[in-house]
Order: sequence, then structure tokens, then C-alpha cells
Amino acid sequence: MTALTALCTLLAVGALLIILSYIAWQGIGSLNLQFLIDRPRPVGEGGGIGNAILGSLVLLAISSVIGLPLGISVGVYLSEVGTGRFAGAVRFMVDTLTGIPSIVTGVFVYAVLVLPMKHFSAFAGGVALALIMIPIVARTTEEMLKLVPHSLREGALALGAPQWRVTLGVIIPAAAPGIATGAMLAIARISGETAPLLFTAFGSRFFPSSLNEPIASLTVQIYNYAISPYDEWHAQAWAATLVLMVLVLGINISVRFVTRKRF
Amino acid sequence: MPVETVAPKIELPKKRDDSVLVQKSSTVKVSVHDLNFFYGRAQALHNISLEIPERIVMAFIGPSGCGKSTFLRTLNRMNDVIPATRVDGKVLIDDHDIYAPGTDVVELRRKVGMVFQKSNPFPKSIFDNVAYGLRINRITNSSSELAGRVEQALKDAALWSEVKDRLKSSALSLSGGQQQRLCIARALAIRPEVLLMDEPASALDPIATSKIEELIFDLKKQYTIVIVTHNMQQAARVSDTTAFFLLGKLIEVNTTEKMFTAPNEKLTEDYITGRFG
Repeated sequence: MTALTALCTLLAVGALLIILSYIAWQGIGSLNLQFLIDRPRPVGEGGGIGNAILGSLVLLAISSVIGLPLGISVGVYLSEVGTGRFAGAVRFMVDTLTGIPSIVTGVFVYAVLVLPMKHFSAFAGGVALALIMIPIVARTTEEMLKLVPHSLREGALALGAPQWRVTLGVIIPAAAPGIATGAMLAIARISGETAPLLFTAFGSRFFPSSLNEPIASLTVQIYNYAISPYDEWHAQAWAATLVLMVLVLGINISVRFVTRKRF
Repeated sequence: MPVETVAPKIELPKKRDDSVLVQKSSTVKVSVHDLNFFYGRAQALHNISLEIPERIVMAFIGPSGCGKSTFLRTLNRMNDVIPATRVDGKVLIDDHDIYAPGTDVVELRRKVGMVFQKSNPFPKSIFDNVAYGLRINRITNSSSELAGRVEQALKDAALWSEVKDRLKSSALSLSGGQQQRLCIARALAIRPEVLLMDEPASALDPIATSKIEELIFDLKKQYTIVIVTHNMQQAARVSDTTAFFLLGKLIEVNTTEKMFTAPNEKLTEDYITGRFG
């Protein structure tokens, strides 16, 4: 039993380590400062992923601005306000949303935003990512709020606080570290998404100048370079993968840091 | 089974201040008439009628699940937050029915403060905990007055000397006994007229308990205090009158002295002498 579980653990952890080290091995060669700040160039002229890094950050910012307030609000509703069947239905829908394949979200945003606007845009990409974020943030917020002891609510109510002040002034601050963790995990999750961006943000070979234009992102850039026939672009795709991995790892580590303070 | 009358095992400690007796405060602060309370279909309280005079300490005793906490919570409508509960009957505080339609629950809870069994300080600083009630009720806008009220509340709760140098540190850094006194300070800061205490010392060690008990003794000069306790010695030590609950019914209300020496009801005597419960 011990040997079997140890073997399985070794396989899983080993696979992870192999992925990480293989990406590092393949990617480190093309990685330099120029690569990090330059925009893509034609084959043979070098170029970099500076616009894609910036684009990814812009997309994360747009989706966070839209997704975090909405997601947190839904979580607060589910935990503090909603009761009975309607809240149950909302919870079920949120769970269903979590399970929707991200490509479907992309196609949906293409249909409702990109087609009417008649062009791809950073905004559409941000909305698609926000739609993926909302259910994750909503459920983690709900769980975190439910962990706040009931005695705190009663304590505040007994001092003559109206319900909304209890929620805003006591419950949400008490759950804030947990809510922040949920938000960071959602950001880490969407920073790796490619499919919803293909039909929305589309990608770009230039630095972003407006939210109303197509925008580059690390993931789409990796996808485009990986399916290209050029060895140089393949190498750049590996380097971009390494950058993306470090970004996601960085977010995850900071999540750990935030949560560690609580215990 | 024949029951022989045995002398109650609890010795009454000497009251430190004999002038404060039940008879002296004749004004009725809280008056309850035929109160019934239901959790869903289960009836938790049956026809409770009771009067609580002003500026005394009344203790509620009785075995677990007898309804004493539930009854306490009907006095500031804390049970409102529990879904599927129902109240009928009247609870008059200063001759005003708190269950009458249109009653301002926020106003009621300002007037009737509560301290819970488990200390529940907010995850904020010591100062902010005590200031919370003052701020939300907009009692004062001046920060110096706020600081003054916080200091006074902490002094009233006999906590000031222990925390005056670290008002900005987290309330959760205090010990259990200090946290409970902080919760008392928090309740006192908004100067309620009635203070409900739901087993305030049950989670504390004997030293912290005795501090809370001394505090209760001091507080009754200004407040009407109702305390639920499992500990009959505690009831005997701190209260002027005692009410005994059993299975959701109020069995007997009497002066504490009589209750523990010569109760009127057989059931009370059986409980106090440890025959059940």
C-alpha cells in the first residue's frame, strides 16, 4: 500500500518536475532582455514577446475589473443575502458555469460582442476571461464568508448594526484574506487560458494602443508560434511558455504568501 | 420514591452590598406576558410570564436545552436571525412591546445589549472593537469623545489597565478572559439599559470568571442585568433574583436567597440539590 501510493506520487510529481525542467531547458536559450521587451519580428529578425506580456497583463486587468466585483458580489449574495430556492438555483448555475469549457465562453463572447462590434478587441477578450473568473470567484467568496463564525454576525447585530453594515463592516473584512486568495487563484487560472482569446482578443503583432483593438497575449502568441513551420518561432514559443509559467508560478506563490499569514 | 428533604448543598456567599436588594428597585424594566416560542414546529418556550425589576441581576438557571438561552434571546429579538422561528406573546420593555409591528430592532438592540457565551471580538483592533457600536449608531462624531467613550467602556469592563498601551493591537491577541471583557466593554460602550449575558463565563478559567462576576456586581448599579448560567454557584454569587426553567417552562422565580435555601417548588429543589440536570 505504502509502496503503491509512493510510486503514484512519484509519477505525478515526477511528471510535473519533468514538464517544468523541460520548459526551462527549451525556453532559457531564447530568453534575453530584448526578447522580453521587443515586439514580434519577421522570421530571421529576432523580435520578442514584449507586446504579448503587456497584452496579457492588460487582459488580466480588464477581466479583474469586470470579474472580481461581480464574482465577489455573487458570493456575498449567496452567503449573506440569498435564501431559499432562488439562491439554490443561482448556486447551481454558478457551478454549471464553472464547468463550461472555455472555448464555449470564447464562442459566446464572439457572438454577442465581436460580431456586433465587427472587430476583435482587448475588451472582448477581457469579458471572455471575466466570464470564466466570475463563478470561481463567486464560489470561493461564498465559502470564505461562510467560514466566518456565526458569533461575529450575532455580535455585530446585537450592537444594533443593520444587516448590510454587518456584512460590509465585519463579515467581509474578516473573510478578506480568503477572498483575496480566491481572486488570485482565479487570476492564475485565466492567465493560462488560450481558447477564449482566439475569437475575442485574437492576437496582434504590435504593442496595444487601444482596448478597442485586437491585442496580443502570451498564450495566443505561444499557440501561433508553436503551429508555425519555423524553428526560430518554435524556440520563441518555448521561451514565451517559460515566461508564462513563471508568471503563473509567481501568482501562485504570492497566494501562498497571502494565505500563510492567516495561520 | 420517597424524597427526604435535604439541606441544599450550596452555601450562599455573603453579599458585599446588602443595600442593593430586589425589594428596593420596584420599577419593572422588562415584563413578559404569555410568551411562546417555536423553532419550526417544535415549541421551545411555553407561556412564560416574568417581570424583571430595574437595576438588579437576574439569573436564569436550568438544565441544558431548557430554553433559558432562547428566552434570553427573545428579549433583544436575537432569535429573529434564526430562520423558521416564531414568537407569540408580549415582551414589554419600559412598557413598550418590542414585538409590536413597526418596532425598530436596531434601536431595541442599542437599548438591550448582549454578551455571548463564546467571546466574539471582531478581527479588528481593541479600540475599533469597542468603538464599533458607537460608530455604527453614529453616537458621536468627535474623535476625542469617541476615545473618551471607549476608555470609559474599557474601564467599566475592568480591562482598561491591561490594554491601555495597546489599543491598536488586534483584539484576537488578548487572552480568552480579556476577550470576553472586551465584548462586555463593547456592549457597554453604547450604554444599554439592559445587559443580557448568555453564560458569559462558561469558557473561562476560575480567575477570569471571578473577574467577570465582580464586574457584574459593579455593573448592576447602572444596568439591569440578565444572566444565563449553568453554574448554580455563580447564580448564587452574582444574582439578586433567580428564575428556574425546565423543558421550556418557567418553574419558579424567587429571590436568589430563597431559591437556594427554601424554594417554593419541588422541581426547583430537586434541581438545585442535584437530583437531576
